[in-house]
Amino acid sequence: MIKESKLQPEQAIERAVVRAGDYYISLLKAGETIRILDLEGNQAADTLFYCSDNPAERYSAMDTIREQGNVYLTTGSKLRSNENNVMLEVVADTCGRHDTLGGACATESNTVRYDLEKRCMHACRDSWMLAIAEHPEYGISKRDITHNINFFMNVPVTPEGGLTFEDGISAPGKYVELRAEMDVVVLLSNCPQLNNPCNGYNPTPIECLVWAAD
Amino acid sequence: MNEIISSIDYQTEIPTAAHWSLRVRRGSIMRITDLKGGANVGMLFYNPENLLERYNAPDTLKCQHTFKLTKGNCLYSDMGRIFASIVNDTLGWHETVSGNSHASHVESKWGARDYQNDRNDWHQNGHDAFLVELAKYGLNAADLAANINWFSKVRVDGEGSLELVSDHSQAGDQVTLRFEMDTLVLLHTCPHPMNISEDYPESNVQIELGVAQPLTDDDYCKLFRPENARGFQNNKLYHIGLGV
Repeated sequence: MIKESKLQPEQAIERAVVRAGDYYISLLKAGETIRILDLEGNQAADTLFYCSDNPAERYSAMDTIREQGNVYLTTGSKLRSNENNVMLEVVADTCGRHDTLGGACATESNTVRYDLEKRCMHACRDSWMLAIAEHPEYGISKRDITHNINFFMNVPVTPEGGLTFEDGISAPGKYVELRAEMDVVVLLSNCPQLNNPCNGYNPTPIECLVWAAD
Repeated sequence: MNEIISSIDYQTEIPTAAHWSLRVRRGSIMRITDLKGGANVGMLFYNPENLLERYNAPDTLKCQHTFKLTKGNCLYSDMGRIFASIVNDTLGWHETVSGNSHASHVESKWGARDYQNDRNDWHQNGHDAFLVELAKYGLNAADLAANINWFSKVRVDGEGSLELVSDHSQAGDQVTLRFEMDTLVLLHTCPHPMNISEDYPESNVQIELGVAQPLTDDDYCKLFRPENARGFQNNKLYHIGLGV
């Protein structure tokens, strides 16, 4: 469901432009709101969330879609952990639909999806690996890397059980906003994929904006 | 025995609300049969040589452009390798997106888990069942991933709404896996998390283990998708030096 936000960028307590192929990792405290803004359109933002006290508790795509009874994420979606607790809620969304079934690109899955010789192309999982290597303070390791959200990505499921990757439904200036219900670590890869239309074959920057609790 | 199975060497019955784990060698067959109808078997895979390598449902689905699992589909790790391929299936649809029942689901529908009164007919849940098996290998909740729910069908309509299809699996329905690398298999027979039946669901299954026929160039799973041919190539690379 499309819902615009009333939050003003000039009141944000943090603003960070994330270039294509880079990562963003940050602590979001309970009550704070993060906006992920697609600056140039058709960009995929592969995102994971962790309970900051215990990273073994983390975003679970499966618990989230089962409890809301729907595979797509939009305004009102409650993002749940693998302990089935609510971590964040989507409070605004000008895109209308986000994917959480397609997972992230990895150099290894790229060999299967595209070509064995594409194993050295940059991928989201490598960005996450660099993020957790450069930020040991969050206590996140490869064990904790699981099934993410692809903000701005469009992966329709058909009633016959097919899964397709369609052109993004995002556009310049579209955004999604989430309010944290617990202290969470946000780990985001601004997707570098060049082999499918998730970025319109042209990875571009996004911006993360954070607002303090009401 | 047939063109896929060379021999069946072991068989056992897993009762409702139970869990088990075992290491399965490359070239083995696992055939699972729903004994009473309405079974649900939660399953996860890990690489015993590197427990960080685990079953990856999103990679499995997107690599094969599918939302359901059936004959021909391969079950991928997060490292681009194939743990197992589905060499036979009487159902046409098994799901891998709904996760596990938690204690809270089971308690709200059918009452709390109570060993003292119910003994082994207690109301176990899939999440705790996996935690028990994970701990046997030094693993914990951090190692959990999206599991397969064999025999369960979850359908999605045009708006994205999820629905568990009732009366999907009948007594005698069967799925057969061929393991393409050594695999640590965790499984449970706890209810599907979206099951709303009046009584705690029964899920008795037979599990048979045996030896697969050698993989051929015209293997159905290998040819099922071009992606699977590349997945088998990755397994071949992993096994260089081990012989055929």
